[in-house]
Amino acid sequence: MSQVSEKEKAAFRQQVAAWMQANKPADPGFLLPQSFMEVGSEQQLDFLREWQHKVWSAGYLGMAWPREYGGQGVDPVFQSIADQEMRGHAVPICFNVIGLGWAGPLINDMGTEAEKARYLKGILSGEDIWCQGFSEPDHGSDLGNAQLRARRDGDEYVLNGTKIWTTMGNFAKYMILLARTNPEAERKYDGLSFFLAPMQVAGVDPRPIRKLTGEYGFTETFFTDARIPASCLMGEEGQGWKIAMQTLQYERGAEAGAAGGLAFVRIAIDDMIAGLADVERDGAPALQDPAIRDQLVQMIMEEKAVVLGDRRAGIGPLTTDYPFSLPLSNKLRFTESTRRMRQLAINLQGAEGGLYVGDEGAREGGFWQRAYLNSFSATIGGGTSQVQANIIAEHILGLPK
Amino acid sequence: MSVIGNTALRFSEDQAMIMDVARAFCADRSPMASVRALLESDAGFDPAVWQEMVDMGWPGMTLPEALGGAGLGVAAAVPVFEAMGRSLLGGPLMASLLAGQLLLRAQTGDADDNALLAIAAGVPATIALLDSADWGAERIRCELQDGVLRGVKQQVMEAAAAEWFVVVAQEHNAPVLAVVPATAVARAVRRDHVLIDATRRAQSIDFTGIQVSEEAVLRGPAVTSALHDVRLLGALLLAAEAGGSAASCLDTTVDYLKTRKQFGKLIGSYQALKHPCVDILMAVDSTRSFVYHAATLLGEDALDTDAEIACRMAKAQATETLKYAGDRAVQFHGGMGFTWECDAQLYLRRAQWVQQAFGDAPHHRKRLAHLLLDR
Ligand SMILES: Cc1cc2nc3c(=O)[nH]c(=O)nc-3n(C[C@H](O)[C@H](O)[C@H](O)COP(=O)(O)OP(=O)(O)OC[C@H]3O[C@@H](n4cnc5c(N)ncnc54)[C@H](O)[C@@H]3O)c2cc1C
Repeated sequence: MSQVSEKEKAAFRQQVAAWMQANKPADPGFLLPQSFMEVGSEQQLDFLREWQHKVWSAGYLGMAWPREYGGQGVDPVFQSIADQEMRGHAVPICFNVIGLGWAGPLINDMGTEAEKARYLKGILSGEDIWCQGFSEPDHGSDLGNAQLRARRDGDEYVLNGTKIWTTMGNFAKYMILLARTNPEAERKYDGLSFFLAPMQVAGVDPRPIRKLTGEYGFTETFFTDARIPASCLMGEEGQGWKIAMQTLQYERGAEAGAAGGLAFVRIAIDDMIAGLADVERDGAPALQDPAIRDQLVQMIMEEKAVVLGDRRAGIGPLTTDYPFSLPLSNKLRFTESTRRMRQLAINLQGAEGGLYVGDEGAREGGFWQRAYLNSFSATIGGGTSQVQANIIAEHILGLPK
Repeated sequence: MSVIGNTALRFSEDQAMIMDVARAFCADRSPMASVRALLESDAGFDPAVWQEMVDMGWPGMTLPEALGGAGLGVAAAVPVFEAMGRSLLGGPLMASLLAGQLLLRAQTGDADDNALLAIAAGVPATIALLDSADWGAERIRCELQDGVLRGVKQQVMEAAAAEWFVVVAQEHNAPVLAVVPATAVARAVRRDHVLIDATRRAQSIDFTGIQVSEEAVLRGPAVTSALHDVRLLGALLLAAEAGGSAASCLDTTVDYLKTRKQFGKLIGSYQALKHPCVDILMAVDSTRSFVYHAATLLGEDALDTDAEIACRMAKAQATETLKYAGDRAVQFHGGMGFTWECDAQLYLRRAQWVQQAFGDAPHHRKRLAHLLLDR
């Protein structure tokens, strides 16, 4: 339980709100990414990097991380308040999410002093961009089968193989890498090791892949006899699977520790409803149409259930029935409901639903169309919804594999 | 203000204690064998178990101490109904509690407290509310004229057990409540319903010709507001009960999926069965969140708009959840699911009764649309 007084929290909230209001950047005049998975140009990158640096310098990022590594060592409640205010003021995202949200907490919780000292501050400042090398062309959901080879050679490991869907692979300085050190291991999981690997070395070649939106954001990343120092190994050889699973816990929001900041542009159902004020159906306001009203109410309830679920997860006696079902299902619930909401937003636009970014008549510049296409990043990335359902069925309900 | 609105959710130590006691009690007194034994009984509940509930003070839990109650508020009763739903335990508790709330909220000044005192002491009571199959009907058809009732009431919950009826009627186009003792309602004017949920009992009652003394009539604006509130409280308590039932329904299905084999594998390993179970789990989780959120917003006074929104969401969610859980429970038990012997039918049947009572999901969503979108 947080020991921070309500008064302190309110005062802090006011302070952050004032800062956000004063420092929220003006519209840069080019399309900004709606999430960290859509950083496709240097222009976008520079803008976002500057913003993250500013937020961190102001003291609103990594607040609960240790002081000596660029944080402030304060109660996590302050970071949640800062995040809420960022959301409320609809400021840009803190784009270095794989560092801030996954690699960072991992290093904080499991890393050595040397690793913490070396990596954490650069994650917060935005100087060191991180990417994640888990998925491979032939092994996605079946991550335990990853085949990229890391062969020990003296003080180095030699990497050969291919990773894919590497978000920000072309901008990153470091990669959290899952690689196979022992192809002969009896269990496929035991042959895996985990690396904090540099990207800017010879033999690493990230090639951008165009996404369904037409934009860029991830790469196919080729490793050809790429040599990295043996000290990049995290933990010990053979512990890769365990560490990767821990990383996914942060990624799916099932475990705390993230530095904070927004990973996604706030897209609230209120914005959708407000945007529909002038839309008509059958010659009358769409918001008066009984069928549409019912769909909106169902959508509002879905979103509200997510928020209430988060509240209830913090109340012990109300979580004894299916322990951990709320945190473990959070990703599935949230991402699926987001996807449905954004599709509904297109549906409700009438003929304008058929327009896209670039058409001058597109409603809000095609914002919802782009947002809907992008929503699949969260229902596929980080473990697909179907795989999430398997995990919940097996771990919470105890159903067989 | 966001349309998501109020998201308060708290659970008091009192509630937690009541939940523990209620769960243990319901599990012990209402094992499946007892539930089944009661299905074909006249009363539909075991008087000895009801007496124990009375002894624990449940009927008066939400009534003021001055009337012999525990003064805990309706929020304290929510975990009790969830626990009863879990164990499919029936009886006159919900009917009595709602009748008590209706009288309490409608009363002004020095009205006659007899019925309330009786309810707090554990004498069963019920509300005669429905004139037709339409939960959304504005007009009350049952009339009170010169102290005499005229009209037929449908689906009066636990009417056979009730010793007091709170009859919702209209007098000069204004709603009134007539408090009628069971002795005034002859057997001949009562017809036993056959309910799809055989764990419950209800009657249709023709009140025509029954005389009501002046002290036994409640009038005025408080009646209108009390009726509004009690319809919402009924929806909430049923949502709590349905949430409990949906959870045990899910457990029943999951247990079967862990034991039944086909094609050499446990059927629970098939994703066509597994994934819907996860959907049900998430719906059960949502139901609980809505139910306890609504409980958090119930004050002692008339329900405010946030509480109304919360009660309606709870009922809309719970109804759909139990319907889905019951439906899949039957399907996932295969031929066994089609039998009387399989417990899946109990949940499926209950779901059909619960979905309509105090308004179905579209009924509440239609009102939610107004509350959320027309501001
Ligand atoms: C925008 C985006 C960004 C990403 N960023 C990164 C990144 O930075 N780093 C990284 O390593 N990866 C990243 N990924 C990859 C992502 O983690 C994988 O796409 C994901 O794990 C699925 O793997 P796959 O693409 O191979 O699909 P597959 O595993 O081939 O799945 C195909 C379909 O089969 C279903 N399926 C597979 N197995 C099962 C099963 N057991 N039961 C039921 N259904 C199943 C899936 O749900 C899916 O619908 C990103 C993906 C996206 C979309």
